[in-house]
Amino acid sequence: MGMVRKISYAQAINEALDYKLSKDKKVIMIGEDIGTFGGTFGVTAGLLDKYGPERIYDAPIAESGQIGVAIGAAATGLLRPVFELMFIDFFGVCMDQIYNQAAKMRYMFGGKAKISMVIRAAGGAGMGAAAQHSQLLHSMFSHLPGLKVVVPSTPSDAKGLLISSIEDDDPVVFIEHKGLYAVKGPVPEEPQRIPLGVADVKREGKDITIVATAAMVYKSLEVATKLYKEGISIEVIDPRSIVPLDENTIVNSIKKTGRLVVVDEDYPRASFATDIAAIAASKCFKELKSPVKLVTPPATPIPFSPALEKEWIPSVEKIEKAVREIL
Amino acid sequence: MNKPVISEEKLLWMYETMVKIRVHEERAAELFAENKVPGFVHLYVGEEAVATGVVANLKKEDFISSTHRGHGHYIAKGGDIKASMAELFGKTTGCCKGKGGSMHIVDLSIGELGANGIVGGGIPHAVGAAMGIKLNGLDDVAVAFFGDGASNQQNFHEGINLAAIWKLPVVFVCENNGYQISLPYSKQQIINSVAERGKSYGIPAVSVDGQDVMAVYEVAKEAIERARNGEGPSLIEAKTYRFRGHFEGDPAIYRTKKELEWWKENKDPIIIFKKLLLEKNILSEDDSALIQKKKEEEIEEAVKFAESSPWPKKEDILKDVFSTSTKGVLVWEW
Repeated sequence: MGMVRKISYAQAINEALDYKLSKDKKVIMIGEDIGTFGGTFGVTAGLLDKYGPERIYDAPIAESGQIGVAIGAAATGLLRPVFELMFIDFFGVCMDQIYNQAAKMRYMFGGKAKISMVIRAAGGAGMGAAAQHSQLLHSMFSHLPGLKVVVPSTPSDAKGLLISSIEDDDPVVFIEHKGLYAVKGPVPEEPQRIPLGVADVKREGKDITIVATAAMVYKSLEVATKLYKEGISIEVIDPRSIVPLDENTIVNSIKKTGRLVVVDEDYPRASFATDIAAIAASKCFKELKSPVKLVTPPATPIPFSPALEKEWIPSVEKIEKAVREIL
Repeated sequence: MNKPVISEEKLLWMYETMVKIRVHEERAAELFAENKVPGFVHLYVGEEAVATGVVANLKKEDFISSTHRGHGHYIAKGGDIKASMAELFGKTTGCCKGKGGSMHIVDLSIGELGANGIVGGGIPHAVGAAMGIKLNGLDDVAVAFFGDGASNQQNFHEGINLAAIWKLPVVFVCENNGYQISLPYSKQQIINSVAERGKSYGIPAVSVDGQDVMAVYEVAKEAIERARNGEGPSLIEAKTYRFRGHFEGDPAIYRTKKELEWWKENKDPIIIFKKLLLEKNILSEDDSALIQKKKEEEIEEAVKFAESSPWPKKEDILKDVFSTSTKGVLVWEW
């Protein structure tokens, strides 16, 4: 078997979009600067040339209208739109369509509607983009019933999960960490599907469980590699989707190791991190050998200055410190 | 422009539809007062000519998006009133299995994309339906119904602009009933008509007397034909008036009794249309009485169906959140 070629996270997402556009005429894209410009992060490059303006809609800045159009098109069953909300931070101007319309329609209509659509958005800090262009926000979307929430960390996961998300009949919020767009990794050329709700154990271990998402997966793996040399065996779990959540894999790992650190880049209150901590407390209480540690940013907006932002984002040092504190 | 010729059959359908909506709404008001219909109920009494005049130009495959005041749209489009009445009651036989209520009645099988509890929320949905129609090469159209209040909302401006630039087969129908709950239209906008806003999106727009079903029919016919012929969207403002409060229980302190009485006496769309049909010998007083009786019976049958239907079960709470099941935990239970 030959080596699997390596491509970037951005290219992997492009391949998933290209694959679904080529296979399913119902799949269309709507978003700002996704056509000629190829997307603010270059993710949709080449798709306009290949599929034309009747499949790739370069839209004016009207996010609520655009998502509403995607919802209406999906509700008719005539299309399966993929909407690009350039930065996840911009949900604020269109949240009604996301949480009152897309998320609830099926339920409010007694199961009569299928809202088969994907909302892709770039999130994540580390680019000096300040408080309105750096959030990750998967916690907020997972709080709202009716939305599926996917946060891939690797190029391969991004491709496989996006194909599954587009084929899913529910609204999926697909959050791409912009700090990962250039990260390369092995990605199969064939369109493999990664099911939602299946966590990936990125590294097996027996002493401590780290649950981490998006960019934090890499930092957690770095800590795991470093501490392995000292004989500390860390298991790193990437849930990949927040809704659905592969609770079994997480619970089983915590029961095995008896120790949990959650590493997440989203805000700390009422969050993904506290959610996982609550699961540990309610389902693994007997097995826990030490307090659960949460490594997250503080509950502040994201500061601009590189000097501040690097302190705000959970660091390798903080993860390592948390691990050592509960061992 | 020549007046369109409308068949007697269509005219009678229009009259029957308006009466059906009126009877339905007045009965719903009673049921609400008797505490049989819970929640918030917004009735369409007085506005019947708008939904009827527009939908008279539509076929089953065409789509409409609706509002919190959506019973009239649903009935005009051909929605099953047993299913909607049961929904108003919160029964399991309702069109939403009792999970939506008055503000969310829906029938996708006849292109009714759902009533909507958020003002303006449904406007872009009709645009999306129109996008689906266009890309699938169909000759259907989509109509967005909304009120004057919604015409100040982002989804009005964004939805119309998107439909205009993409030249989609959609008609925007603003039911300007004069009040955004309590705020009169004159205090919402300094223009005289919502139709004036069409110009800024480069689309044809017209204001029409929403109490005159023939006038509504005519402007809707032109706009819908334009959409069907691939000539893009249009905006219609139908000036209308609601004979009941914003919601049932509204004390309506923001308008005078005199104003309400004037509209009921001079601008009742059913009285106006009946007069026309009597003059043209299309309808007799006997016919009219018979239609009234028939509609009352139909509504009573729906009420009986709703009353005798079972309540949904506790376990139904967990159903219908998602379409595609997955691995992992998808719906957290109690």
